Amino acid sequence: MQPQVEIQLIAAVVAVACALPGVFLVLRRMAMMSDAISHAILFGIVVAFLVVESLGSPFLVFGAALTGVLTVSMVEGLFKTRLVKEDAAIGLVFPVLFSIGVILISRFAGNVHLDIDAVLLGELAFAPFDRLMFNNHDLGPKALWVMGGILLLNIILIVLFFKELKLASFDEGLASALGFSPALIHYGLMSQVSLTAVGAFDAVGSILVVALMIGPPTSAYLLTDRLSRMLSISAAIGVISAVSGYWLAHWWDVNIAGSIATMIGLIFFLIYLFAPRRGVVALLRRRNYQRWHFAESMLAVHLLTHLGQPEEARECHRDEVHKHLNWQENHAKRVVRRALQDGYVHLDKDILRLTAIGKKLAGKAVVE
Amino acid sequence: MNGLNEKHKPPRDQAAIWVEDLTVAYQDKPVLWDVDLAIPKGVLMAIVGPNGAGKTTMIKAMLGLVDPVAGRVEVFGKPFREQRRLLGYVPQRTSVDWDFPTNVLDVVMMGRYGTLGWFRRPGKAEREKAMHALEKVAMDPYADRQISQLSGGQQQRVFLARALAQEAEVYLMDEPFQGVDATTERAIVDLLRELRKQGRTVVVVHHDLQTVPDYFDWVFLLNVRRIACGPVETFFTEENLRLAYGGRVAILGERKPIADDAKSL
Amino acid sequence: MNILTDINFDYTLRIVALGSAILGALSGALGAFAVLRKQSLIGDTISHAALPGIAVAFFFTGNKTTTILLIGAALSGWLATLFILGIVKATRIKLDSALGLVLSVFFGFGLVMLTFIQKRPDANQAGLEKFLFGQAATLLAADVQMMAILAGVAVLALMLLWKEFKLLSFDEDFGATQGFAMNRINLMLTTLLVVAIVLGLQTVGVVLMSAMIVAPAAAARQWTDKLSTMVLLSAVFGVAAGVSGSLLSSRIPKLPTGPTIVLCISTVVLFSIFVAPARGLLWRWLRRRRNRRQFRAEAVLLDLMDMARHHPNLEHPHAAAVLHTLNLDGRAVRNSLAELAERELVRPAGAGLWSLTQAGIAEAQQLERRFQAED
Ligand SMILES: Nc1ncnc2c1ncn2[C@@H]1O[C@H](COP(=O)(O)OP(=O)(O)O)[C@@H](O)[C@H]1O
Ligand SMILES: [Mg+2]
Repeated sequence: MQPQVEIQLIAAVVAVACALPGVFLVLRRMAMMSDAISHAILFGIVVAFLVVESLGSPFLVFGAALTGVLTVSMVEGLFKTRLVKEDAAIGLVFPVLFSIGVILISRFAGNVHLDIDAVLLGELAFAPFDRLMFNNHDLGPKALWVMGGILLLNIILIVLFFKELKLASFDEGLASALGFSPALIHYGLMSQVSLTAVGAFDAVGSILVVALMIGPPTSAYLLTDRLSRMLSISAAIGVISAVSGYWLAHWWDVNIAGSIATMIGLIFFLIYLFAPRRGVVALLRRRNYQRWHFAESMLAVHLLTHLGQPEEARECHRDEVHKHLNWQENHAKRVVRRALQDGYVHLDKDILRLTAIGKKLAGKAVVE
Repeated sequence: MNGLNEKHKPPRDQAAIWVEDLTVAYQDKPVLWDVDLAIPKGVLMAIVGPNGAGKTTMIKAMLGLVDPVAGRVEVFGKPFREQRRLLGYVPQRTSVDWDFPTNVLDVVMMGRYGTLGWFRRPGKAEREKAMHALEKVAMDPYADRQISQLSGGQQQRVFLARALAQEAEVYLMDEPFQGVDATTERAIVDLLRELRKQGRTVVVVHHDLQTVPDYFDWVFLLNVRRIACGPVETFFTEENLRLAYGGRVAILGERKPIADDAKSL
Repeated sequence: MNILTDINFDYTLRIVALGSAILGALSGALGAFAVLRKQSLIGDTISHAALPGIAVAFFFTGNKTTTILLIGAALSGWLATLFILGIVKATRIKLDSALGLVLSVFFGFGLVMLTFIQKRPDANQAGLEKFLFGQAATLLAADVQMMAILAGVAVLALMLLWKEFKLLSFDEDFGATQGFAMNRINLMLTTLLVVAIVLGLQTVGVVLMSAMIVAPAAAARQWTDKLSTMVLLSAVFGVAAGVSGSLLSSRIPKLPTGPTIVLCISTVVLFSIFVAPARGLLWRWLRRRRNRRQFRAEAVLLDLMDMARHHPNLEHPHAAAVLHTLNLDGRAVRNSLAELAERELVRPAGAGLWSLTQAGIAEAQQLERRFQAED
């Protein structure tokens, strides 16, 4: 394979591997945990490097991932003292571990082949050069194998524990009532996040880990209510951002991780604006619709009340209704025009009369 | 339906609060739908309805804390924005963080901030008014107490004192009886009666149906729409309660109950 | 300044210390409000989001003056808070997701801009990279001057709007019913927070600046129950950590400033959480132990009283061994008896026997009445 293709493949695999646990972080309102974990594991990674000068062995990946779990339990321990709130607890813990990591790197720069920038920014462009060799056979980039393994593990775990995760995400109370230990699910998920973060860290840097874990699921959250769909949409958005981000970086000759994050932001922004039901445009349109629909209902109820009554000619005259409804004249004119357009009313010698669907509208407004 | 309960609607300029066509939606579904309400001056009114009926939203809309999709709120005949000084607010006790680093007197003095306006610091006058308000709820011995050390009932009384410090004409209270001890409940009821004696208008979201006739003289039954409103003895009926609490029947499209309601007037 | 000149500081060190003091004071004071509003992590987002602003400011002006870069940083940090607000208000997305998203996307875009700029012939990247982890030694007198002026303005605003900020932090809705434009107050507080964060970027760096918002406030909260004291103390902690951290890192090679300051302030937090009076864990633990001891002693006293009732003389002695019925082991009973003896509520009657004193009888009766009242 060409390095170009390999980079895209690695990026896509990382994106999906991150998006899957990310969905549960977003649903469980723990998105910032990914930020904390992805920073804090620097400590574990540096220690691993100091011990064996590489992160090659899976044992060390797991070891580094333990730092993530350590972060989670430190946050929890701090929060349980009730001396600080949960958000503050997160904000207190990860800077400490990250700081120790950074200081270790600068002090032992000779022993740690870990560039401080690469830690944050990642250098995906170099990932294809670190190959996995077996008996002198080139099996492909090591990052692809590591992340592929993590992706597989994530998929297996989510499939196996789908029901438990779903329940715990939407109804924690019910989940624990049914005997699923919330603590077990919490730590299981956090271990998954940590492991994924450690694996991805090497290739894409800690900030992109956050972008990939939070961005696609948050976007998907605006598109669907179903967990299974949210998972697949997140994965798809992750892959699209990864590939398009790669090409953006290629054309402009800029940092790949940064450009993938930028694409994630761009895609989110589009969905934020134009999501069918939950986007901003839809929201504004719905607000507008509700306003008019409400006014038309009021008009319909008014017309129904006086339907066939002696005062109908006065109460329901097109130029008079605004007085009886206590509306501004212009507003009333617009409402009448809309109601005519929508077929709720028709004009009978300047008297407004309800149509069949108009009567239905009035009926619904009274009951609903 | 504007015609419903028309008899008990005070004229618009005499109502303490006048609500017309109020419709509020948070996301897509309306939480309040076309609510009309006129609260006569000087009544002690309970807002009653099941969970999620929109009681809190109703209070917030009257205070301008949520933007309605449609409708209007007037206070003593003027848009509420011009009349904010006349409204006192007692939010749900759980709506704030009681671990906030401040003491009882300080919280109560917040009731004077509106009158003080921007930039001015509370001084001796404000302190005195706050102490006076605390005395009314028998919390003056706790003036210097850190708020995290208060019991639920004491917290509620601090909130009441803060509203009293506002020296408002109309008080809007969201579930002041929720989770308080018997002493506090007594104290609140006494306070409500005293406010009524002074000619103030008090609107209370209330959960305990049994005490409604005891504590209140006016009732507003709400479940997304207005179910009924008027004097307790006339409108706090089983029929209306069934409409409000078993309201699902009506929502499913059975129209008859509403018509009955209209007829019974 | 006297102390600073007396100690034989060289000029650079003085500048560094002064700059770090200003940054610590400001971020400490404003961080207190962020922490109280449960928005601790917003600082993290603002500081990360400042990166593209720095890059873009340089890109358009070609100028590496700190002031210009920081103006860019402030604008993009501020823009980020608007985005967060827009996302949370208009959709069902929760604050934590919005924070994580905006943080990582802005930072990612900042990286794109940085790498893009590096290709320009006039880009000496060292000038921009100090903003990642901070480099106190790069502070210039002019920078500190600007920091001092901005900090002065911020403190003035804080004092003027004290009551409004308190209202916003404690009960926003109530503030709105009083006719205050809470959105505007929120905007002003957020703007001040952005200023505080941006002023710290050069020293602490974008990655760790959030710790300077959260940590001093979290530490200060443990020592006081008064808002003004908390804000003041938070500022003091910020100054202490800022100065000691940046001086350490200037003196010792290969000690990056940001992480050093973070470790300093975190030490303060740890210390506060354990030993702050009233709230501290240590005191809590001691209090619990004392309560347990007192509870045991009371139980032993009541037991003695129960047995004494079987005799005409309430001071009739009983064997300590009999008291073991109370689920307490022998040592606990002996300790409790010793404690009661110290308070002169019981006295040893020889041969492992103990009897109540007059004071002990009175105390036991009082306890019984209290328990009855509680039932
Ligand atoms: N901020 C909000 N966003 C979305 N929905 C809300 C919000 N506040 C309340 N609701 C919904 O509006 C309905 C009415 O809520 P509320 O006024 O609090 O009812 P009540 O006080 O009568 O229990 C409920 O279904 C509730 O879920
Ligand atoms: Mg409510």
